Formats: sequence, structure tokens, C-alpha cells
Amino acid sequence: MSIIQIHQLKKSFGTNEVLQGIDLSVSKSEVVVIMGPSGSGKSTLLRCLNFLEEPSEGTIQIGEFQVITGGKIDSKRKKAIRELRKRTGFVFQSFNLFPHKTAIENVMEGPIVIHGAKKEEARKLGEALLTKVGLGDRCDYYPAQLSGGQQQRVAIARSLALNPMVMLYDEPTSALDPELVREVLQVIKDLAQEGMTMIIVTHEMSFAKDVADRVVFMDNGVIVEQGTSEEIFGNPKEERTRQFLSSVE
Amino acid sequence: MDPTIIIDSLPSLLEATLMTIFLAGISIVIALIIGFFTAIVRIVKVRVLNGIANIYVSIIRGTPLLVQIFVIYYGLPQIGIALDPISSGVLALSLNAGAYLSESFRASILSVDNGQMEASMAMGMTYSQALRRIILPQSLRIAIPTLSNSFIVLIKDTSLVSVITVTELLQMSSLIIAKTFEPLTIYLVAATIYWVLISFFTNLLDKLEIKTSRYLVR
Repeated sequence: MSIIQIHQLKKSFGTNEVLQGIDLSVSKSEVVVIMGPSGSGKSTLLRCLNFLEEPSEGTIQIGEFQVITGGKIDSKRKKAIRELRKRTGFVFQSFNLFPHKTAIENVMEGPIVIHGAKKEEARKLGEALLTKVGLGDRCDYYPAQLSGGQQQRVAIARSLALNPMVMLYDEPTSALDPELVREVLQVIKDLAQEGMTMIIVTHEMSFAKDVADRVVFMDNGVIVEQGTSEEIFGNPKEERTRQFLSSVE
Repeated sequence: MDPTIIIDSLPSLLEATLMTIFLAGISIVIALIIGFFTAIVRIVKVRVLNGIANIYVSIIRGTPLLVQIFVIYYGLPQIGIALDPISSGVLALSLNAGAYLSESFRASILSVDNGQMEASMAMGMTYSQALRRIILPQSLRIAIPTLSNSFIVLIKDTSLVSVITVTELLQMSSLIIAKTFEPLTIYLVAATIYWVLISFFTNLLDKLEIKTSRYLVR
């Protein structure tokens, strides 16, 4: 059963068509890694999934919840978009933690504001999630007092706090020093093992081989090919995929 | 310079200083409210109001405060709006500082990294929740140095209200000089009082800035 269904998703910036009709479905507990050269539209696709970018055309369904793109932005539509966002966790390349809040306050923010949780409940949940990402002893630190890897793990905990149906990662390790990449990838791997549905845009090839149930290769706003990591990395069918893989290896 | 003149005139000057503090205090509160809402209206681009806000800021910043005071105190009675000197002064000072403050607020809100709004929206917050809980607390810290600046200017600008017969510090100084013929002494005392007053508030705001920035300190 697919938990995400994207149908003919298009996005243009002015005359530049960044996504040229993407069809993609993701099953429950599946980990999909999206790769491709910069400018291929992979980040835009991810951002369209929770309307950080407004898609120009197409439909997005997450669970039972469907949003048809385009049309007037009225309050009903805004509400629909918020509902969609509540069901998706989004992890940014630049973490985007709230700098004026401590690690645990960052994690508590969603449950309190979005779910209307009580402070004590939210704190319990926050402690549990920070412990899960290995930061149980950093609850009261401000983001500025944490390393990049730790900040990104807090950001993952913050997204998990809303109990999303799917986690979206936009190059989660690209802004990190090399020695900090592994701790973040380990957290993502652990989530994969727990059966979290995830879509990950990344350049980390070995990580993709490790964790991906499916690798999607994008270029110029279209999906060029997709398959298991063995298929894509071992024996790519398309010339463009081959070129890309040889350029990054 | 005769020290007894200073001692004799000090009670009156200090009393007039209270008027200066009153004018500055009440005007800054009104100006903060005007400035905040003008900034929000211009950022969110509320229809019609946005245009009015733009014109307001443009006119206030484009004309001298003294002219604004004259228009309000001497001009408005001609169309039936007669305000007493103190109300006129407060109105002029509030409107003036409000326009400058709105620019400070606007700049500080816009200077908060866009990722903060995105992270809030990605969670499912509404725009106003994100503004209130995430953006404004951060922009306040950024705004404090310029707010501090506006406040200093406002305290100094209260002296302009002396021209419409409000007995604040400068007006009182002139009244005392008319009796004592000691302009240098009295004006220097007045200047000292302004300086002490402004130093006090600058200190206070500096402390507030440090307090609101504690999360940035490693």
C-alpha cells in the first residue's frame, strides 16, 4: 500500500520548468533516496511535497490526505496545506533550529503549538526523543552551544515530535563537517530500521547504498530511472545516470 | 559662574525634567505600538492599510519634526481640532518616533533568516503563530540597538516641544535665564541633565540587549 502518491507534479519558476511532471509513489516503511546533479529539481520536489514551494500542477496524496495544487489560496486551502504539513516531517540542510529556544524547547514547540499538548507531556516526549537521537544530556543547551551534527539530530527529533507519517530530508548532511556526517546518518538509519517511511535527498552514495530500498535518479526535472540501489549503482540503464555516477565517484 | 544660581534653579529644572521624562515615556509607549503595527501591516502587505502606512512613514520621515509640531498645535485648530500643548507634543512625538520605529521593526523582522519561517511553516504553524512565537522574539533582539537609538532621539526631541509652551527642561531653562541672565550656567546644567538621563536609559537598554542575546553566547 502506498503512503505517498505524487501524480504529474509540475513546478515552474517563471518560464523555467523545474519539475516536468513527476509521478512517484512510496510505500509504507519504504526508504527512497533521490539523487541527481544540482539543478535537477530533487530539492524542489521535496519542498513541493509539503508546500514550502507551491507546485504549479498535479496532486499530492499523503495517507488519506490529498491536496490538489493550483487554485485560489483561501483559508480552506491554507488549512489543507497545514494538515498536510502536520503529517510530514521536514529536515533542512541548514537545520533551521529556533536559536532562541533550547534543544528540548525546540522539540516541544510542535507538540505544544500544533497538537495542543501540555507542557509536561511535551517535555517528556522531548526528553524521550532527544535521548533517542543520543542527546539526552543536551536538553537544555541552546543551538549555538551544539555542533552541527548535534543540531541536525535535534532537528530530526523536532520533526519526529509531531509523529509524522513520513520524514523528508533535504540534503541533511551537506552543511556538516565530514566527521559529523556519520552521527546524523546513523540516526536516519535507525529510523529506517524502525520502519519510518522516508524520502531522502542526498549526495552520500555509500549511505544511499546502505539504507535505500529504492534509489530515484533525477535530472532536468524528470525521473530518469529508479530501482534498487544494486540496480542503480551496479548496473544503471540510462546513460545520464552512468555519467552522473562516474562524476561523483 | 555662580554656584548658588545652580542650587537655586535646580529644583525647578528637576521638576521640568519630570515633564521631559513624562513626554518621552508616554510618547515611546504610543510610538512602539504605532511602529509595531505599521511594520506588520507593511510586511504582511495588508490591502489599503499598507498604502496608508507607506504614506504615513514617507511624510513623517520627509518633514521636520518642528513643522509637524506646528501643524498639529497651530494648524489643526483651524479645522476644529484644538489640542492643548502637552497633547499636541505627545501626538507629534509619538507619530514621529512611530514612523522611525516601524522602519526598525520592519528591518529587524525581515533580517530573521527565512529558514526560521520555513521551519515553522513546515511544522504546520499558521503565519501568525510563526510570527509570534518564532520570528518576533528573534527580531526584538536585533531591533534593540536601533530602538535604543530612537529612544535617545526621542528624549532629545522633547526639547522641541518647548516652542509650543510646554514647560519641559529646555523651556524651564529659558524661563530661569530670563530672570537670572546666566545662559551659560543654566544651559550647561540642562545639558548635563539630558546627558545623565540619556546615559541612564542607554545603560538599561544595553543590559536588555545582553539579556536577550544570551542564547547566542557560546
